[in-house]
Order: sequence, then structure tokens, then C-alpha cells
Amino acid sequence: MNILNIITEIQKVDPEVFDRLDSRRKVFQHFAGFGKKLAATAVPLAFGSMLNKAYGQTSADIVGVLNFALTLEHLEAEFYKQAVTAAPAAGAPAIAVTALTTIRDHEVAHVNALRSTITSLGGTPVALTAANFDFTAKGAVPTVFTNYGSMLAVAQAFEDTGVRAYKGQAGNLVSNNAVLEAALRIHSVEARHAAHIRRMRRDTPAIAAQQKPWITMKDRGGLPAFTQGIYDGEELTTQANVPIAGTFGTVTVSANAASEAFDEPLTREQVLAIVQPFIRM
Amino acid sequence: MSKIIKQNENDAGVIKAITTPMQRRIFFKYAGAGAALSTLLLVSCDDDDDNGGSGSTNSGVDLGSADVGVLNYAYALEQLEAAFYTMVVGHSAFNTTFSNALERSVLTDIRDHEVAHREFLKAAIPANSRIKDLTPDFSSINLSDRTAVLNAAKTFEDLGVAAYNGAGKLFTNSGAGLTYLTLAGKIVSVEARHAAEIRDLISNGSFADNTVIDNMGFDKALMPNEVLTAAKPFIKDTINFSNLPTQ
Repeated sequence: MNILNIITEIQKVDPEVFDRLDSRRKVFQHFAGFGKKLAATAVPLAFGSMLNKAYGQTSADIVGVLNFALTLEHLEAEFYKQAVTAAPAAGAPAIAVTALTTIRDHEVAHVNALRSTITSLGGTPVALTAANFDFTAKGAVPTVFTNYGSMLAVAQAFEDTGVRAYKGQAGNLVSNNAVLEAALRIHSVEARHAAHIRRMRRDTPAIAAQQKPWITMKDRGGLPAFTQGIYDGEELTTQANVPIAGTFGTVTVSANAASEAFDEPLTREQVLAIVQPFIRM
Repeated sequence: MSKIIKQNENDAGVIKAITTPMQRRIFFKYAGAGAALSTLLLVSCDDDDDNGGSGSTNSGVDLGSADVGVLNYAYALEQLEAAFYTMVVGHSAFNTTFSNALERSVLTDIRDHEVAHREFLKAAIPANSRIKDLTPDFSSINLSDRTAVLNAAKTFEDLGVAAYNGAGKLFTNSGAGLTYLTLAGKIVSVEARHAAEIRDLISNGSFADNTVIDNMGFDKALMPNEVLTAAKPFIKDTINFSNLPTQ
């Protein structure tokens, strides 16, 4: 999508487009000073929000979905902020601290992107701080920041939940293509995080989780039993009435592989039930 | 991206000629701002898609239109990925190229997932709308070279993620389109898991580095013209994506 091109097209039929965008006018003039590539890559989310506001298409439902996502991103961001600080003393090797830092930075960026989008849609972003979260899950994981294995277990729980949470909301964002695309782009980042955390737990000798970067059936990979809701429903081997396992040419797809090949969505209610032990309101 | 924008500039005159302000204003009067906005976005996106630079606009394997066209687009990419990993895992030197059993297990899993995706889409698309079996071309990849195989895998996985991320909005917003969006969402996160693991096999910690994730923490999203241009060297058939939805 070429943002400047779209604005030019709109201006042809709606010369007042800049006035409709009103106070944001300076922003557009500002963009014009940059290279087009920068504008086209950095702006879509905010731009879509501005258009929706300008043409009265703001949806309370979309703000609700984004605040739900923002709650999860706050949870993750606050967790990783503390995890990065605590990881060396908890026994994490340097390369793990680097990975946790990478993930922290993404989650903080997601918080910022969602906050600005919600604001531009006329909504109020939920304001959460570290004080709103209990990363011991009400005492279930008391060593979350002092034991490397516990830390990664909670990280995996959050990442695998995040993937399913975004997936479950995609259908509620279709009326706003810019927001839908932004959500999908965050969704796949969460999946990359999930894969890496799962690999870290697989490859750390002291943990040696019997799992893969992908989810096999509804196996929770050694996480505490209270996290089972994160994996229930992942065991599907039929999609849209099509059986996925079978032999196709020279390749046989096992039931395990069939379940791994598709991640499953969770409803908002299911996600909130999963994260409830970690939230203090 | 820069290539496409350049083409937009070149075609600005053509676009102006077929969508003069006067015609627009008349349409606007009847349709209202909301509808006009949709049309305008469509026009804007057409700039991108009709001039994808692959030279495949009016010939070759036609992906078709509407939701089924988008499914065919996904089916084409899954065919490519499935064929690649089937060739990698089936290669006579696989056990020596990948001497580490865990790496062989990872690649075999990914092969199975991609075959599952391909076969699912094949079953989901009505036979009379479905594209044919494509002919891949992996002659540029040395399948006996671990680094070459993993770099190609990285290209395919990152591209697959960006393709699904960009295609989500192309489905219709209700009925079957919503179902397809959800199904595509079930697949894309698995592609992202693959991308992360392949990247980590190349260099541990590169699962989501700044070559693929931007400073807002967003993964890439690409439109069909961009994706198929990147995939073109690996497919012998010409793909015609000109009838796909553009928004």
C-alpha cells in the first residue's frame, strides 16, 4: 500500500481531505518530507485510524478488541522488562538475555502502537502498570524471576496464549483493513517469539522440555498443569471438515504433524480465564 | 517496495486519465463518502497490483478472483514450500548435509506441515476453480549445502508469513471470507514458527531480528505482486494474479 498515492487519489475527489484530517494536517506535510518508502512502511496503522475517524467509521468494537490486545501486550511487556533484569542472576546465559531483550522491545513497541491506534480511533487505551500484574500467578510460580526454567515457562505461556488470542480476534477487525493487517503483523511476531521460547526450553539442558517450536496435539511441554487451557483445543486434526492426516504422494502426514500444522484461535473469554491468575485489578 | 512505488509514479498519467476528478465527483455525489473511500483505495491499490513487474499480468496460470483467488494464491505458495522441503528431505545426501538429527527432525516436521497445508487448500478449493499443480524450479539451490538450503528455507518462510499477513484483508468480510481468514490465520502462525526456527538454525537469536521486524514490532506484510515477484525464480509457470482482490 502506497499511502501518499492513496492520499493523492482521495484529494482528487475530496479536496478537503486534509481539512477533514484537520489537526493531523501537519503530520501529512511532515510525511511528504520523508522518503516514500519510510512513509509507506511506517504509517499504515495510524493512517487507517485517521481515515476512519475522518469518515466517521470508528468502531467501538474495534477499540474493544484493541484494548483487549493492549492488556495482553502490557502483561507481556511488564513481564519481559522484569525478566531481562532478573535473567542473569536467575541463571540465563548471555544469548538468552539478548533474546529476552529482543522480545521485550517488541512487546513494548506493540504497547505503544496499540495505544496510539486506540487514541486515534477516539478510544481510551487501558492504562496498566507492573503493579497490575502478579507474575507468580498468585503463588503458583513463586520463582518466576529467580529460576530460569520458571521464567521461560511463564514466557512460553504468554507467547502461546498471545498467538491464539490475536488469531481469535482477526474476524472482529475486518471492517478496518489497516487495523486488521497491523494485528496480523503483530500476531506473526508473537508466533516467532513463541517458537523461540519453546526452542530455548527444548535446548536448555536443565529444562530439556520434550517439545518443538510448534504445538503438538494439546501437549503443554512440561508447563504447570494450570496452564493447560493454553493448549486445549490445539489437538485438531480436521480443518473445515477436511481430514489433515494421511498419505499424499511420498509423504505421510501423521496425526501429530496434522495438529502442529494449524494453530487454533481462542475466544476473548478463554484468554481472560487463562491470564486471570496473572492480573491484579 | 521501491520498485513498485517507482512504477506507480510512471503510471500516474494513466491513472489520472481513467479517473478524472469530474467522473469522481459525480460518483461521489451518489455514493457517499464511505463508498467513495473504498473505491479510491481500490484504485490506489490497483496501481500496485496491475504493474507488479513480473510481466505475468495477462497470461499463465490464472489464480482467479474473489475469495477463491486468494485461496489459490495461498495454494500456489504452499505448493512451492511443500515441493521444496519434500526435495530437501528426500535428497540422497540429506543425512550428511544435515548431520544433526534434531535439524533433520525439524526439516521433516516442516515438510509434513507444508504438505498438510497444500493438501488442505487443495481439498478446500473447488476443483473447477483450483489452479493446476505448479512446476517448481529449485535448480538455483544447492541441496547438498546446509547453508544454501537453510537460506532458501528462510526466504520461503519469511515470504509466506508476509504473504498471509498481506492477504488477510483480501478476503470478503463476511460468510465464507471470514472462515477463510480464520483458516489463513491458523496457518500463518505456523509459518512464523517455521521462520523463527529456520532463522535460529542459521544463527541462534535471529528468529525476529530487525531484518524482518520493524521498529513498531511489526512483521512484514506483502501484496501478491510483491510476493509472486519474489517467488518467480522458483516457479517455472507464469502466475497471473491480475484478477485477485486488491483490498
